[in-house]
Amino acid sequence: MQIFSCPFCGDRPEAEFHFAGELGKVRPDTVAQVDPDDWAGYLYAQRNEKGPVREVWMHMTCSELFMMERDSVTMAVLSSKSLRKVAP
Amino acid sequence: MTSHRTARVALIDRSKPLDFTFDGTPYQGVEGDTIASALLANGVRVMGRSFKYHRPRGPWGAWVDDPNAIMSVTLDGRAFPNCPATTTPLAEGMQVRAVNAFPSAQFDLKGGLDLFHRWLGAGFYYKTFMWPDWHLFEPLIRKMAGLGDVSRDVLEGYASDQVYDHCDVLVIGGGAAGLAAAHTAAVAGQDVVLVDDHPALGGGLHQWATIEGAAPADWIAAQVAKIEAAGGRILRATTAFGVYDHSMVALAENGPFGTAPRLHRMRAGRIILATGALDRPITFANNDRPGIMSIDAAGEYLARYGVLVGRRIAMVSNNSNADAAEALLSEAGADVRRIDPLLGPLCAVGGKRLKGLVQNGTRTAADTILASGGMTPLVHLWRHAGGKLEWCADRQAFLPAAGPEGMCAIGAANGTFDLTRALEEARAAGAGEQALRAATTYRLSPLWPEPGSKGRQWIDFQHDVTLKDIELAARENYVSVEHLKRYTTLGMASDQGKTSNMAGLAAMAAIQGKPLPEVGTTTFRPPFVPVPLALYHGGHGGQLWNPLKRLALEPQHRAAGAALGEYGGWLRPGWYGAGDAAEIIRHEVLMARASAGIMDASPLGKIEVMGPDAEAFVNFVYYNTIKTLKPGHIRYGFMLTEGGVIMDDGVIARLDENRFVISCSSSHVDAVRSHLEAWRQDGNDPDRIFIHDVTQHWATVTIAGPKARDIVCGLGLDLDLSAEAFAHMTLRDAEFDGKPLRIARVSFTGDTSFELSIRRTGAEALWDAVIALGKDTGAGPIGIEALSILRAEKGYIMIGKDTDGETMPHDLGFAIPRLKKKVPFLGDRSLHSEKANATGRKSLVGLAVPDGAAALPTGAHVVEGKRSAGYVTSSYDSPTLDRPIALGLVENGTARMGESVEIWHLGATRQATICAPCFFDPDGGRLHAE
Repeated sequence: MQIFSCPFCGDRPEAEFHFAGELGKVRPDTVAQVDPDDWAGYLYAQRNEKGPVREVWMHMTCSELFMMERDSVTMAVLSSKSLRKVAP
Repeated sequence: MTSHRTARVALIDRSKPLDFTFDGTPYQGVEGDTIASALLANGVRVMGRSFKYHRPRGPWGAWVDDPNAIMSVTLDGRAFPNCPATTTPLAEGMQVRAVNAFPSAQFDLKGGLDLFHRWLGAGFYYKTFMWPDWHLFEPLIRKMAGLGDVSRDVLEGYASDQVYDHCDVLVIGGGAAGLAAAHTAAVAGQDVVLVDDHPALGGGLHQWATIEGAAPADWIAAQVAKIEAAGGRILRATTAFGVYDHSMVALAENGPFGTAPRLHRMRAGRIILATGALDRPITFANNDRPGIMSIDAAGEYLARYGVLVGRRIAMVSNNSNADAAEALLSEAGADVRRIDPLLGPLCAVGGKRLKGLVQNGTRTAADTILASGGMTPLVHLWRHAGGKLEWCADRQAFLPAAGPEGMCAIGAANGTFDLTRALEEARAAGAGEQALRAATTYRLSPLWPEPGSKGRQWIDFQHDVTLKDIELAARENYVSVEHLKRYTTLGMASDQGKTSNMAGLAAMAAIQGKPLPEVGTTTFRPPFVPVPLALYHGGHGGQLWNPLKRLALEPQHRAAGAALGEYGGWLRPGWYGAGDAAEIIRHEVLMARASAGIMDASPLGKIEVMGPDAEAFVNFVYYNTIKTLKPGHIRYGFMLTEGGVIMDDGVIARLDENRFVISCSSSHVDAVRSHLEAWRQDGNDPDRIFIHDVTQHWATVTIAGPKARDIVCGLGLDLDLSAEAFAHMTLRDAEFDGKPLRIARVSFTGDTSFELSIRRTGAEALWDAVIALGKDTGAGPIGIEALSILRAEKGYIMIGKDTDGETMPHDLGFAIPRLKKKVPFLGDRSLHSEKANATGRKSLVGLAVPDGAAALPTGAHVVEGKRSAGYVTSSYDSPTLDRPIALGLVENGTARMGESVEIWHLGATRQATICAPCFFDPDGGRLHAE
């Protein structure tokens, strides 16, 4: 069982967390025309990189989304950071 | 008797005899015995039959490496399948039976299968049972295959404790090296945990005469005393069976036989592997006969259990470890003859009773053959953790190389077979020092299977894989070790190749003419030894896994005789009263239509969204426009996923400018809450929107029916309840019994309806008052089953029942926001995809059956020729209309009103007519009634 670090609650077992998405995925402006491929990419495409990855996770018990950097090969957690503009 | 108990000092208590039976025959062992040692002490050596050929087998090993002696054990009426005889401690009254043998291991009816071995090689099943259909043969083969039979009885109380633990240094293995390392680390002030899978510590040390000038038992006792005095913890009979992500080590701590092991999830600053090494078999003709054992096993049986495994022993070894064993066994009274396996091919003679060993035409009489083809370090945990291996030509073994962070291997697990050097290495590791592997005095001559040689030579004992099977696999191009394993089932038995893998790899290397390390190893996966599934499961079941949510009014429902059941995670009344449930439900529906139904609707979601950006936020997460909703008003709407699919439906009420209450489906509250929470923080300023799930803070009593208003009037609230003053889809605040009361006029039945929400502590008074008032008008409580029918009569949907993973709002007739809503909302773009615009989408319809026909089965398909064009989602006998009604999702359904369709269910075909989904009061006159 992996141990993830919530920037608000500290180290917790992985079962308390939920994967939200890869970092840097921006919702297209749907008021403008959105190309079907761009929309499909937004919905379904994942980079699935090997090595260090930056992802958004939710800590279910405090409900905060945060950025976690981890290594997808060694499973090592490299860092985690709040997504708040002003970190509490 | 060939094998027998000697007077040698051992780790058993001879003063405590234990009676047990094996295949129905009574025997006696002593406290401290395993099943295998007790049987050997009684001269029993045939302890099982092989998996495929039903060849008689005796134990090869004395501990976890034994592939042969597997037992079904019954104790105190509780049956446990597949207990390894070599590791299961003997207990008084055990009834032991060999698996895979009938009526006994000694005389097995299927023993004759061995005569057909020529036709039963690797891949036999794949090649033979293809025509006409594997499924014809499968039941018979399944019956013949497998090991012990699992009892159908539930083992009451068989539950594994789950412990989360941590320490500075975890030492795995309580032999000489492990003890020395743990001692050094503990006295240095480290928090040390030492685990060993035997009930008694010491590993192979008991076979030695002395260690550092002391008797092994004294030396071990001294180490234990010092470790414990320094605060170290020692877990005996505890197997480290796997290393998982982030170096979590899983430990199974065994209690008395018949109890579930305790699972420790251990996290350690450092992990020291002192797991030792195993003797590996030598591959020669008939090397699977009972009475052929590892040299180390013979030493262990003698040292731990006082059992001498044979009287005339032929000892076959290619390495220097045999010298000490020869001395040990000779001293105990055995007649030991050494045979050099390098001098020529070997062949064991004898069946259930071994007669001797033939080499180069010379027969050496022997009742027992002890073999060692070299030591194989136990590197399983090292590989679980991602450590690398390197091939050592001197030792002819894979040794730990580049290690996982925080883990090191010492002693025999590291290839350090010399005791003195192992102790040095252990003390260095205990002190946290990096030590280089020392040279070894251990000597061996390479000795591996010889492809093409004569006789049936076993590689995998338990799964009956012979050298010829490996050769066959190679001929058929299954040369990769992973393919070889799966084609021949080599190493797939319950011992997971502990004895067979090295010989199998070496055979494949020799066939291909490659060096052994180039062939590589198969993947090492946890668990190291078989563990019961209950170990992982622990107490995670029933209420501890998914606790039921309980209603504040549960005592009132129980008093009213409610049939309580789980609905969407809540314990709710299905109906009220005992007797014919269908009849009761019918009466509840008729009562609700004639007077009023009173229902506990507390599980209905109540998620408050507050803050200056709340309006924009709810307008974004809803398909419908919420921005125009006025305070005090309520609107029905959908929440979609980004894929455009309906995630939930329900009403949203606006309390004031910056405050909304989302009333989502009872069973979706948690999902909706986290969905909203994720979007609150994604692309929004979370300091300007706040989401608060208050579902469990409020109890809700719903009164629905023509007399609903009369009942609510009877509460004497300071509020004008007339239809003009308090219209459908509006919200008012009031007070009841001195507590705030929130009243919503929404309806899920199609009748005039009031939803009264009060804080949980006020629920009882409100419920009692409403029920009392209801009595005067013929109204009473109704359960969730009646509500399901009432809503279906009106064509009101339930998400997940009347919608599926493709349903979009326009499939339900809610098309306007898709075309008109100008601001972004969740799922908007997906509603205009090719798929969303496609013709032939399934839409919600009603399905009527001919007069006198029975209700359609839910799940029945609407068929066109041989394909499904939709299905029935809800179906009931409507008490109100006195005929069956059904809802369904049907391709192009909305455009096919009045069309007759064929309905198929489990082979039977029926007719139905597509109609509008609303069967009752389609004009809505009752909803707005005075």
